[in-house]
Amino acid sequence: MARIGRTTDEDPPVTATLLRKPKTFVPDRLAVPAEAQPLDAALPALLVEGVTKRFTVGRKKKPVLAIDNVSLRLERGGVFGILGANGSGKSTLIRLVSGLLTLDEGRVEVFGHDIARDEMTVKRLINRVSVDAAFFKKLSPMENLLFAARLYGLDPGTAREDAYAILERLGIAKKRVDRPVEQMSRGMQQKVAIARALLTSPALLLLDEPTTGLDPRSKLEVQAFIEEVRLTHDASIVLTTHDLDEADRLCDRISVLNDGRVVAEDSPNGLKRLVAERHGQEPTLHNVFMTYTGRSLDEDVEEDAEPDDND
Amino acid sequence: MLTHELKASYAFVERNFNLSRRYWGWELAFLVYSAAGALSISFIGVQLGDARLLLTLMVGAIFWNYLSVVFSWIAETISVERWEGTLEYTMMAPVHRSTHLLGSVAYAMVFGLVHTTAILLAMIVFFPDLALTSANPLTVVSFFILGSFSFVGIAMLAAILPLLYVERGAQMTFVLQSVLLLVSGVYYPIEVLPGWMQVLSHLSPATYAIDGVRRGLIDGVPVTELTGDIWPLLVMGVVLIPFGLWAFGRAERYAKQTGKLKRVG
Ligand SMILES: Nc1ncnc2c1ncn2[C@@H]1O[C@H](COP(=O)(O)OP(=O)(O)O)[C@@H](O)[C@H]1O
Ligand SMILES: [Mg+2]
Repeated sequence: MARIGRTTDEDPPVTATLLRKPKTFVPDRLAVPAEAQPLDAALPALLVEGVTKRFTVGRKKKPVLAIDNVSLRLERGGVFGILGANGSGKSTLIRLVSGLLTLDEGRVEVFGHDIARDEMTVKRLINRVSVDAAFFKKLSPMENLLFAARLYGLDPGTAREDAYAILERLGIAKKRVDRPVEQMSRGMQQKVAIARALLTSPALLLLDEPTTGLDPRSKLEVQAFIEEVRLTHDASIVLTTHDLDEADRLCDRISVLNDGRVVAEDSPNGLKRLVAERHGQEPTLHNVFMTYTGRSLDEDVEEDAEPDDND
Repeated sequence: MLTHELKASYAFVERNFNLSRRYWGWELAFLVYSAAGALSISFIGVQLGDARLLLTLMVGAIFWNYLSVVFSWIAETISVERWEGTLEYTMMAPVHRSTHLLGSVAYAMVFGLVHTTAILLAMIVFFPDLALTSANPLTVVSFFILGSFSFVGIAMLAAILPLLYVERGAQMTFVLQSVLLLVSGVYYPIEVLPGWMQVLSHLSPATYAIDGVRRGLIDGVPVTELTGDIWPLLVMGVVLIPFGLWAFGRAERYAKQTGKLKRVG
């Protein structure tokens, strides 16, 4: 497919590959038959229907219902927020959509492709940013990014250029990209993680608490960047967070998740109106959260204190 | 399609090369460790004043070094990524697991050859007047190749362990490797082992590969006369590689069912 040339006097494009193909999200570099047809505009970017996931830890314990009959629908180009306390099942839901966990019940479709049946096609369409910026820490950002690029079938030369452009937009200078990731701050690493995801031009971008644990400034920068991505690109985004302001600012629909169940779903304003009209409360997301989960996000309980699996 | 897969498997080669480069201090330390190990075993032969024993031990040490380096690079495919925290990202990428493992195997073999050549050079420095005049190079090369491929399947099976056992998996790989060393007649003929252990010897590809290399290098036996060593290696390669891939797929599915890939975050 032809790539639209970049004019040099412009600001560097945000997600270079996205910009060059503004409206069609057909991944052009991979010869998977199902992708020969352009994505159908009428199809939702993500459809989750009646999904349930249980975990059993240890032999005698009874299974934990991490996701309980969850359904949601993300229209193309939208930002869907999943708001929930720690342990409410946000990451599990993201992992189910990412194919990192199998579904116990229900089905998930990405642009009409069933995630189990069309696994490779779906994998090419999505990418994910998790709360921990997961990199080969001794390798440089560029080495990490080029590894990802090769896995997604991108041309390394082009990917390198694109990576420079995306990183530069995120405030990471060219001279910084060849030193080991471990020498970077958390905020910087998280930006590199976002760059890695954008580099593959995902049609569906899964952001799992992308700003948790960042200092206030990095947090604002990352939020601004997410906003920019959604405004300038044809990417559909799922964003999990336990930050109410973030959800309010970035999302056009929000599901409130509590103990693996969706307890409320609407636009941010719709949710606020709901607590005002039905419960006579001040229309804030905080009150929405309190009303539907019976807890406050400020007094977030860390119920999951089991050891990390990385020893 | 095929070239796409080959290119993607190169991603793993390049990444592992970058990792070796960045962890060069470790690689160097490991090389010195391996060379010292091989030399100390060879000096047993010198002490006994037995040139044939010296050769036997040397070949065992060098070839075992090669096999164990190949084995660990493949077997650690998963544990390295678990340690770095990148496993989920690699598992999400649109590459077939066979492509992933092919990349690991290719790098393992290249790395193993370089590593082993370095040790060989160290040996030549220490024992300059070894006579290998009767060696049959074709036999040696054939068994290097056959040995590598027959080991790949076992290494893939070992790579599964860290998928299934989050914490203990890497340790179990280690145990497997040491058992292979024990039963495969690397430094002594398997006939000296207790009978029940010799049963295991016959199941280890290393037994046949090392025997073949030794006979080719020391006695100059042509490869055509070593069919007794060749067919078990062929069978093990042909059976174990597809079996390893299949088992890997099953293990991956199990890990995704039970949430063993990663749980935090
Ligand atoms: N891989 C796993 N194995 C066992 N239990 C898990 C695993 N992942 C999540 N859980 C459990 O599922 C529930 C939801 O967890 P999670 O999805 O991580 O929540 P959140 O991301 O909202 O903090 C928790 O009770 C957690 O302990
Ligand atoms: Mg989480």
